[in-house]
Amino acid sequence: MSNAAVRIKDLSFSYPRQSTSCFTHLNLEVLEGERFGLFGPNGAGKTTLMNCMTGLLKFSEGSIQLLGHEIAHHKKSINKLFGFVPQDFSFYQELSPAENLAFFGAWSGLQKSEIKYKTTELLEVMGLTEVRNKKVEQFSGGMKRRVNLAIGVIHNPRILFLDEPTVGVDVHTRHAIINYLKKLNEDGTTLIYTSHQLSEAEDLCNKVALIDDGKIIAHDTLNQLMIDHKEDGLEGLFINLTGKSYRNS
Amino acid sequence: MFKLWSTILKDMRILTRDRLGLVFMFAMPIVLALVITAVQNSTFEMLNTNTVPMLICNRDSGEAGKQMQTAIEKVGMFSLKQVTPNVTDKEISDKMHSKDAVIAIIIPADFTQKLKLKADATAKKALKNFGMQTDKIIATDTGQIQPITLLYHPVLQESFRHSIQGALRSALQVVQNKEVLKSIYFAMNETALPDSLEQDLINSQVGIVEIPVSRDGSRNIPNASQHNVPAWTVFAMFFIVISLGGSVVREKLNGSFVRLKTLPTNYLVALISKQLSYLFITFIQATVVFSMGIWLFPFMGLPKLNLPADILGVIIVTLICGWCAVSYAIMIGVFAKTQEQANGIGAVSIVLMAAVGGLLVPSFAMPSSFTFVMKLSPLHWCLEAYYGLFLEGGKLKDVILNIIPLLGISFAIQLITLYGLKRKNLI
Repeated sequence: MSNAAVRIKDLSFSYPRQSTSCFTHLNLEVLEGERFGLFGPNGAGKTTLMNCMTGLLKFSEGSIQLLGHEIAHHKKSINKLFGFVPQDFSFYQELSPAENLAFFGAWSGLQKSEIKYKTTELLEVMGLTEVRNKKVEQFSGGMKRRVNLAIGVIHNPRILFLDEPTVGVDVHTRHAIINYLKKLNEDGTTLIYTSHQLSEAEDLCNKVALIDDGKIIAHDTLNQLMIDHKEDGLEGLFINLTGKSYRNS
Repeated sequence: MFKLWSTILKDMRILTRDRLGLVFMFAMPIVLALVITAVQNSTFEMLNTNTVPMLICNRDSGEAGKQMQTAIEKVGMFSLKQVTPNVTDKEISDKMHSKDAVIAIIIPADFTQKLKLKADATAKKALKNFGMQTDKIIATDTGQIQPITLLYHPVLQESFRHSIQGALRSALQVVQNKEVLKSIYFAMNETALPDSLEQDLINSQVGIVEIPVSRDGSRNIPNASQHNVPAWTVFAMFFIVISLGGSVVREKLNGSFVRLKTLPTNYLVALISKQLSYLFITFIQATVVFSMGIWLFPFMGLPKLNLPADILGVIIVTLICGWCAVSYAIMIGVFAKTQEQANGIGAVSIVLMAAVGGLLVPSFAMPSSFTFVMKLSPLHWCLEAYYGLFLEGGKLKDVILNIIPLLGISFAIQLITLYGLKRKNLI
C-alpha cells in the first residue's frame, strides 16, 4: 500500500474578517505517485485548499501532512519536499530564465554545481536553451509558462502542486508541458493539479476530486467516477455533480 | 551565505537593468545639489561679494545730502544709481519694477537744514550738561526731520531688508555725528572743525573680525557647497524610497513573492539582501555627489566642496545615513499595499521629514514647538552629523551624539518592519 503524499484531516479554514468558512472538517488523501486532479467551479475553494497545502495560508483547525510531516506550523524545512507552480507568473521578468533558475535554485536549497546542472537540463527540456540569456519579459506567454514550470521543479520535489499550469498557452506548449509532467510522475513525483481544462485533466490525471462550496463531493479514480455517475467524460461528470448554474462567488 | 549572495546578485541585476530608476536615483541628487547650490551661491555672493543696486534720489541741495550719499557709498554694499531730484516717487517705483534696482532711497529736500538744526540743538544740550553756556549756537525748535524714504522691491527677504536698514542707519549715524561734532567744535573754538580731525573722529570705529567657529581650528569660510551638497545628498538617499519601497511592493504583489514563501528560505534573506544592495547604492550616490562638489563645481563657477579631514568619519556617517534611508524605504514597502501608496507616502513623508529636519529651513530657525518633532526626523540627525564634519570641521567622535539617535531611529524602523512582516505573515 502506498504512503500518503498529502493527508488532510478535519481541515477548517476561513479568511480573516469573513463570517463564512471556506472549509469545515474537510478530509482528503493523495497517495504518493498519483497524478491527482482537483476540480471545481470558480470559487469552490481549489486555490484556497492548495494554498493551505503549500503553507501559504494558515488554517485554524485540523491538520495537513505532507509525506508524514505536519505543516501546521509551516516549518521551512518541509518546503524542500514540494514544488509549487502558481497560476501567475512567479518569477522576475527583468531576469533571464537562467538567472531566474539560479536564484530560485539557491532559495530552494541547491548548491551552485547542482543549480548549474539542473539549469542546463531544464532549459533543454523546456526548449529554452537558445533564449537562456534573454530577459523573460520579452518571452511569449507559452515560454513564460515553461519558465514558471521549470522553476517549480528545479529542486526535484517529491510533490508538485500545479495551479492551472497551462492556462493561456497554445496546443504545442500544452502537449509539451503535459508530457513533461507525466515524465516527472514516472520518475516518482506526485502531482497535485487544478485546472479548468477538463480534457487535459482526463489525459493527465489518474485520480480526481471534485470540490464545491468547500466540500469534497467526489473523490476516486476518473474511471470509477464515470462508472458510478454514468458519464463518459470529466465534463459531463462535472456538470452532473455541480449543476449548470452560474457561480458568482 | 550562498543564498544571500544569490539574492544580492538578483537584486543588483534587477536594479542595474532599471535604467530609468538608476537615472532617477543618481540624476536627482546631482541636479538638486547643483541647482540649490547655484541658487544659494548667488545669494551668498550678492550678500557677501556683490553689491546691491540702489537708486538714490537726493532732493537735498545741501552738504548733508551729499555726505549721506558718500557714506552710503563707503558702506560698500550698494552700487548707487543716481536719479535726478525732480523724479517723482511713482517714477522711482516704476524703475524698480523694471528691475533697475531692488532698493531706492529718497533724501528729503530740507535734509541738510533740518539735520544742522538738530545737531545744533544736540550740541547745545550737551554743552549745557557740561556746565558750559554758549551763544555761538542758535538752537531753534527743529521739529521732526523728515525721514529718509527707503523703497524696496517685494522680492527682498525681511532679513536682507534688515541688513540694508542697518547699513543705512550706520551711514546716517556718520553724517549726524559729524554735524554734532562740528557744532560742538564751533561752539568751543569758534572755528570750523579741521578736516583731518573730522576724519579721525569719524573713522575711529573699532573694527570687527569675523571668525567661523570650527572644531579643527581652520578658518575656512563655509560656502554654499559645504551647506548644500551634504544636505541634498541626505535628501536623495532617503528618496530611494521611490525605488526600493516600490520594489518591495512589486515583489509582494507579483507572483514571485508567493513562490518565495513556499521555498525553504526565510524572507529575511531577501530583506537583508535589499538592505545591502541599496546601502551600496546610497553610498555610490553620496560618492558621486561629493565628487561632483569637489571636481565639477569649481568648473561651473561654484565653490569647491572641501572634504573634512576625517574621511573615515564621512564614510561611516554616510553608511549609517544610507542604512537608515534604506530601512525606512523597506518599512514603507512592507506596509504599503500598492506601488502608488508606497511612492506617494514615501515621497511626501521624506519631504515632510526634510522640512522639519532642517533641510528646507535651518533648524535654529524652527519654532520651539517643533523641536521635539525635529528630533524624530532621521534626516535631522543625518544633516547634523554631516554639518558637524563638513561645516564645523569635526571628527567622528564630535558627531557621535548625532549618530546615536540616528542608529536608534534605524533600529526602531527595523523593529516596526519586522512587526509588519510578522503581522502580514511574510516571515
